[in-house]
Amino acid sequence: MTLAEILASLFPDGHAVSVADGLVSGDGPFGTGRLAVIGIDANTPLGVEGAARLSRHVLDVLRRGGGTPILVAIDSDSQRMSRRDELLGLNEYLAHLAKALLLADASGHPTVGLVYGHTAAGAFIATALATRVLVGLPGAHPSVMDLPSVARVTKLPLERLEAMAKDTPVFAPGLDNMVQTGAVQAVLDPGQPLGPQITALIDAMPESDTRDALGRSRAGRPVAQEIAAQVVRDASLA
Amino acid sequence: MTDPGAASWYEASARARLDGLLDAGTFREFIGPEQRRMSPHLPLFDLPRAFDDGMIVGAGRLDGQAVLVAAQEGRFMGGAFGEVHGAKLVGLLRAALARKPAAVLILFDTGGVRLQEANAGETAIAEVMRAIAQVRAAGVPVIGLIGGRAGCYGGGGLIAGTCSRLAVSEGGRISVSGPEVIETNKGAEEFDSRDRALVWRTMGGKHRRLTGGADAFVDDTVAAFRAAALRLIGTAPAFDLATLEAEQARLETRIARFGDCRDGTEIWARLGANDPAAIPAMTTAEFDALLTQLGETTHDAR
Repeated sequence: MTLAEILASLFPDGHAVSVADGLVSGDGPFGTGRLAVIGIDANTPLGVEGAARLSRHVLDVLRRGGGTPILVAIDSDSQRMSRRDELLGLNEYLAHLAKALLLADASGHPTVGLVYGHTAAGAFIATALATRVLVGLPGAHPSVMDLPSVARVTKLPLERLEAMAKDTPVFAPGLDNMVQTGAVQAVLDPGQPLGPQITALIDAMPESDTRDALGRSRAGRPVAQEIAAQVVRDASLA
Repeated sequence: MTDPGAASWYEASARARLDGLLDAGTFREFIGPEQRRMSPHLPLFDLPRAFDDGMIVGAGRLDGQAVLVAAQEGRFMGGAFGEVHGAKLVGLLRAALARKPAAVLILFDTGGVRLQEANAGETAIAEVMRAIAQVRAAGVPVIGLIGGRAGCYGGGGLIAGTCSRLAVSEGGRISVSGPEVIETNKGAEEFDSRDRALVWRTMGGKHRRLTGGADAFVDDTVAAFRAAALRLIGTAPAFDLATLEAEQARLETRIARFGDCRDGTEIWARLGANDPAAIPAMTTAEFDALLTQLGETTHDAR
């Protein structure tokens, strides 16, 4: 689905969400209140200016209060890779955006991530992965790094990586693999109105971070939950 | 025997850093190497594994205060986040919510996500950031110490930006895309990764300290990191709307003030340094004197 199709499905009575320089912000009527939307469109890389604009929108929602939920709709590139962005401290801008989303969620503004296109690396962590519950739409293709780049770094032949990717969800790009590791909770049905699907997600939000439990039950991240739980147990005895 | 506090942080192993950082004999490791909880994924790539997966977590005391600690071993897979490596840190932060230690200390030494376990590593980083936000909101400071061989790159840089306070040494580098990644993707004219001086001016410890990306600049010794950790625990900012509003203003001001600068030296000159070219060679004492002279380099906006 395109962003316009997503917004039309979410807000059949119209909305005030706009896109500028690939950055999405605004809101629309939702249930008895509003749904705030921020995001990145058209495979846009996330640099210092974009991250600061998105975090400002999140803090505006937070300051207004009222428990307005926030949808983080993402079709992005990775973080913008440039000398200037790193000179200016891109890690702080991306972390700040993630912190704004985490604080909003902890302050009664449920956060829902929606990956509808590409996203990768730092841009993914700072946006969709910083929400309480992350879902995808069919055709979305989140990744940490594309396979040709993985081949370059790991010095393994691309053909071998492509073969391994077929049955090893832990490293291969793609929505299904992120579902299996537990990062993406579910894939929405584009044939049904999105509003009720988002409402159902908000109504059933887990209290704690359940991504490692999902990763275990889906076999994409077999040991993470058990390792984290053992550390908690050992710490309680120390 | 030599004084462990005088040892170079950069050269030390993760275990040696912990030994010198904490009060002698107080460290207790969780899931130690004797349990051999290794990566379930690296054998697929015919890669050697480590008994601790490059992440050491446990409890100890810092000047008598109970702390939880995590240390990355940069010499194993570049300190990168894999499934076990990341899950140990997630577990430690969840333990901190229950135990409320005086602080959680994270000794970063990482290139970011371990590509052989990329999805698990990326997800673990997101879990770590969520957990840090919860730990900070519960009033427990999370202090990052950065001065290792692998630096603090990729998702490690994002985790660092989520911490309450950061101490960094000359050898510490903090960024998202590393020099090699930028060069590979954008060409050597964008970033010549072999130009070490450029790397230091762009993402090194002094630059980060001068521009507010780190809160303390320390000598490359275990003792200096210990002293900084103790000092920073007492000054940790709250995790609330006021702090994030202040950070928003701080980061927007940085773009307005330095957004057209092409090099670290231009930024340092605008900050008021008389001889920016001399800064890379300054001793810590000289650098501290410069910070005092410049003023306004400390903040609670993180």
